Amino acid sequence: MSFFDKSRTVAPPGYSRWLIPPAALCVHLCIGQAYAFSVFNLPMTKLIGITKSAPGDWLLTDLGWIFSLGIFFLGVSSAIFGRWVEEGGPRKAMFTAACLWGGGFLISAAGVYIHNIWVIYIGYGVIGGFALGIGYISPVSTLIKWFPDRPGMATGMAIMGFGGGAFIASPLSVWLMARYSTPTHVGVAETFITMGIIYFCFMTVGSVIVRIPAPGWKPAGWTAPAKPKKLITSNNVYVYQALKTPQFWLIWWVLCLNVTAGIGVLGQASAMIQEIFAGKVTVIAASGFVGLMSLFNMGGRFFWASTSDFIGRKNTYFVFFVLGTILYILVPQTGAAGSVPAFVICFLVIISMYGGGFSTVPAYLRDMFGTQYVGAIHGLLLTAWSMAGIFGPVLVNYIRQYNVTHGVPKAQAYNVTMYVMACLLVIGFFCNLAVREVHRRHHMSAVEAESHVIA
Amino acid sequence: MANSHGHNNGLKLVLAWLFVGIPLTWGVIQTLINSLKLFQ
Repeated sequence: MSFFDKSRTVAPPGYSRWLIPPAALCVHLCIGQAYAFSVFNLPMTKLIGITKSAPGDWLLTDLGWIFSLGIFFLGVSSAIFGRWVEEGGPRKAMFTAACLWGGGFLISAAGVYIHNIWVIYIGYGVIGGFALGIGYISPVSTLIKWFPDRPGMATGMAIMGFGGGAFIASPLSVWLMARYSTPTHVGVAETFITMGIIYFCFMTVGSVIVRIPAPGWKPAGWTAPAKPKKLITSNNVYVYQALKTPQFWLIWWVLCLNVTAGIGVLGQASAMIQEIFAGKVTVIAASGFVGLMSLFNMGGRFFWASTSDFIGRKNTYFVFFVLGTILYILVPQTGAAGSVPAFVICFLVIISMYGGGFSTVPAYLRDMFGTQYVGAIHGLLLTAWSMAGIFGPVLVNYIRQYNVTHGVPKAQAYNVTMYVMACLLVIGFFCNLAVREVHRRHHMSAVEAESHVIA
Repeated sequence: MANSHGHNNGLKLVLAWLFVGIPLTWGVIQTLINSLKLFQ
């Protein structure tokens, strides 16, 4: 196992740090498949009936749990294994994620083959969910250490890959299912096996490429600022000590509220645009809108995280909350005015900031808690994502349903939701406003910091 | 010696970026084609 040890991953002199983003992308592009899992939902409701659902076939409500379990265990595993990922090094973590992700697909294929949904819950939901959590955080602190001059841009590139993974997985899954299907068989199991093998190989390449910088390494020509900027610490906070700081919980709420505001509309985008602009926007056009939103979700991850290197993390979140609030308030007006372009522009900007919230937060944590345990602290913070993943869609669906059953026309049923989202962002604004420097009593001493260094 | 090391590094960089860039670009193009339906 020594090849996977942290000590074996220290970069030799002359190693280019620009090899780290592709290594990280190898993992994130694969685990980003999770966003495209819904392409399997309809085919999996016809495993017995083949052309249409038959008695004994799974229901969409049963299948919806697979993705929810995956996201839930993403949060759980990143919180549990964050410290292990940090101390064991990125190669071990990335290879573990590769095994779990590939293995999860193979187990799910067996579940499809024997037609037992519990096997898929365990394969994709639990084991795959663990791969999501470990894989998501595995390259974060490594990137931050390699790019002390541009940490936002570096983590933005990796987390952009998580958004982009669905672009590859969605057409690939459809193409593979078309190849493997026959008049008497839906090719889901074979597609799972093929994708499991491809993902395992792709992620393993990332784990082989990845390196950590040698102790004391700095980018050529770069020197750490003699006087650290306000809100950027040069100290380190131990992972579990971070939980005792108000800053951790404030940033937890900042992420949770930003994600809640985006995730709810992301899942409902297609239905929402069709109902608000009934007769104007077709099903096909709505699918184009969803595609455009995913592109802005991905692009926003890189754009906003890179921007945060120049304007600061706190200011970046201020932009998200202020601009997001204004846009959410404007959305009902665009609906009332019947302006599809204005509606689309509002949501594209909103969704870019949703993506930006994910990619800017690792650098925010690094500024607050230092680099030593940033990956592990990031892992703990991702529980906010799990929470938002439950509350965001529930909030949107519940408010819409309540309005419709109380006689509100469908075109206006989302108006209250938009104002609720704006209120959430206002709360987020104040949480962000309350973020101050971490008190020095939480900092690790030089001796403590040294004793925690494994490499 | 240093020159060959730098050359090797450059090749590794190109290969690594192509390895992730090609599938990502393919996926983005597919999504863009799908997105154009909004304007049809």
